[in-house]
Amino acid sequence: MNALPARLEAEAPRVSAAACAHCGAPVAPGAGRFCCTGCEGAAALISGLGLDAFYLRREGATADLRPVPLPPVDFAARAVPLRDGKEQRLELMVAGLTCGACVWLVEQALAAEPEVMRARASLSARRLTVVWRGPADRAEALAGIVARLGFRVAPWSAACLRAAEDAEEKALIRALGLAAFGASNVMMLSVAVWVGTDMGDATRQLMHWLAALIAMPVVLVAGMPFYRSAYAALRAGRVNMDMAVSLGVLATTAMSLSETLRDGPYTWFDGATALLALLLAGRVLDRAARRRARQACAELIALQSAEVTQLAPDGTSRRLGAEQVRPGARLLIATGERLSLDGVLEEGEALLDTAATTGESLPRAFPAGEALPAGAVNLGAAFVQRVTAAAAEGSLAAVSRLLERAEQARGRYVSIADRAARIYVPVAHAVALATFLGWWLGVGMPWQVALVPAVAALIVTCPCGLAIAVPAVQVVAVGALFRRGVLVGSPTALERLAACDVAVLDKTGTLTTGHPELLPDPARPAGALEAAAALAASSRHPLARALVAACPLPVRAAGEVVEVLGAGLMRGVERLGSAGFCGAESAGEAGPSLWYRADAASAPVVFRFADPLRPDARQAIEELRRLGLRVELLSGDTPAAVAWAAASLGIDEWRAGASPADKAARIEELRAQGRRPLMLGDGINDAAALALAHASASPAGSTDLAQAAADLVLRAEGLSGLPAAIRTARRAQAAARQNIAFSLTYNVVAVPMAVLGFVTPLLAAVVMASSSMVVILNALRTGRSA
Amino acid sequence: MNALALLVPLALGLGLLALLFFAWTLRDGQYEDPDGAAARILFDDNQETPPCPTSDSR
Repeated sequence: MNALPARLEAEAPRVSAAACAHCGAPVAPGAGRFCCTGCEGAAALISGLGLDAFYLRREGATADLRPVPLPPVDFAARAVPLRDGKEQRLELMVAGLTCGACVWLVEQALAAEPEVMRARASLSARRLTVVWRGPADRAEALAGIVARLGFRVAPWSAACLRAAEDAEEKALIRALGLAAFGASNVMMLSVAVWVGTDMGDATRQLMHWLAALIAMPVVLVAGMPFYRSAYAALRAGRVNMDMAVSLGVLATTAMSLSETLRDGPYTWFDGATALLALLLAGRVLDRAARRRARQACAELIALQSAEVTQLAPDGTSRRLGAEQVRPGARLLIATGERLSLDGVLEEGEALLDTAATTGESLPRAFPAGEALPAGAVNLGAAFVQRVTAAAAEGSLAAVSRLLERAEQARGRYVSIADRAARIYVPVAHAVALATFLGWWLGVGMPWQVALVPAVAALIVTCPCGLAIAVPAVQVVAVGALFRRGVLVGSPTALERLAACDVAVLDKTGTLTTGHPELLPDPARPAGALEAAAALAASSRHPLARALVAACPLPVRAAGEVVEVLGAGLMRGVERLGSAGFCGAESAGEAGPSLWYRADAASAPVVFRFADPLRPDARQAIEELRRLGLRVELLSGDTPAAVAWAAASLGIDEWRAGASPADKAARIEELRAQGRRPLMLGDGINDAAALALAHASASPAGSTDLAQAAADLVLRAEGLSGLPAAIRTARRAQAAARQNIAFSLTYNVVAVPMAVLGFVTPLLAAVVMASSSMVVILNALRTGRSA
Repeated sequence: MNALALLVPLALGLGLLALLFFAWTLRDGQYEDPDGAAARILFDDNQETPPCPTSDSR
């Protein structure tokens, strides 16, 4: 009695009744506490170590925690011997480390191994360092423990290192520390001069000399990041905000030094150092906000870069990095392996999932001799591939080169801050120069005295508010989006995103999940699903996997199943596969389907599938429209599949069968029409279009090339993050404009006062600090919930 | 003036000490894992002592 309703319930798509006790993925009712044997094993391992507290401590379960096998990498070779080989050290990149409890679990689980001396995981860099006593061969076992807990591991690569160990950021932090020290101590002396009106001349001079002693080295050393950037811009024949900062700070210091020597009433060392400290703080925060996004991207790339198995002529095999393989080499491609290099199939037939390279949602059989694209995944049996192009000349490298070119083109994009600087900097400097000349030649003051109002003008125009106006908004907006799972990589991404007016969307893997799901069918005979799933369990074909996933009861894989490539599976008289393979008459199915026949006498049963739309796709598209973007669908898939998706999402403009070049051409066409396209895509076939678009985004689970090409990676929330990002970007843009406008207005008031010589150092300090506060407070408004 | 002769070097010395301390924390890598450091202080057991899962009764 119970079996029938349970099955009906399970066959309805997306029934989430219970959650897996380990990874939190939905579990079919009655299937136990865990979604898979991997999670069950992970939970057993954790409770065996006495670390169950992990489940209480962690901040929400993530589906990322489902254990997957170790990547095919020689971990032992990556171990570094310490102390004459008595100890070994291994550095791993651990994905899925999201909270303190994960760090605790990984460290404790490794520490429980008797030979492990030290295990330390960094939550920011996702880096795990293990040191153990004994042979290097243990590396694989230790990495295996982390993998069995549900964390995906990969050797720590150069890309990870670049993202994590940012020498420039360290230099900025050091400069900030120095500037903060200088500013606070100089301010202490300056306040004494300001309030000590009854101070003797000798004491005041002592204070000025002390301030100069502190400020001079601080200004010279801590200002280096600005001087370097200004010098680079000047050599390229451009003007940037750092030039105004450098000139302002250096001129102020020089003038203060001359005032100290002349025993003048005021010096301005406090202003120079405080300005540096404030601007450096903005820089450090800005960098830290984007470092997280860069690291997340490097992490994804590290997980995808694997080694290949090369076959020598004598039949032996060895593993090596894909970049070392030369054309003509023969590679063994295991089941489930992703092709790293272009090549041809040597013999037999191969079943490849090319969703990432062409956008086709269903895998295709490739005959011997046909070119196999790098990036495709082997779904059939292992086969031998002959390499036709080395990694540096292959199709993936060509896409990478395209991305680099597009990256350079984007580097030339002039942000609103730089556009403001281009007008502002020459004007500010001209005003200062005119002030100096006016007082010196016009009024006939000594040049040292004429320099004071000129430098005062430089200080008040020194764009503290202006230089911090845009970075402050950026930090707040990027941070708010990071918390919502949207990674922002490029500094100008938000600005470009805010201006987009057309959204061009890919279908497979972007609007859809990219994994087919079984459609419910009340007419299906009882037991057929279980019987078909038992056959399907031995195949990696996406439809077979969907069948197994839809089966409410645990599936026991049937033995002795023969896979006929491109047709189906059979065991004795049982058959599961295409209509022709099962002797059924195809009724012209709309979507992909599988047929099952228990024996020659019984009637074939059909299983229909659909690549389901992401649950939030419809809402996201409606919101994009509401934000004023025109929406187009551009896919490499078949017209029928694209038409179905377009119809169910209410998109009128769609194109199917688009090659990567077609997609890029469409983006170019839109740009030529003066529109600013936003491209959303996930595949290698989208990478060119992503790079060419005015702004671009990739959903979670995209290929590494697409993520590298995109400005935004939507990690947590799926598609609904995109409209939220656009709203945040537009708010950020508005706040940046307000900040710039405010800074300019304040200059209109302050500059005449400075030119006329009314501005004292105290007044300059107050005005500078207050304008920065206003700008920062305004920026904070951007971060409020999207 | 006597007070200044004492207080000014004292204040600057303290500031310099703080700067040296900051340089040490930077070299020690204390700014490399800010998220981890924030979470780590909540672990109520050390690497040395065996974990006690029942103590977490919250």
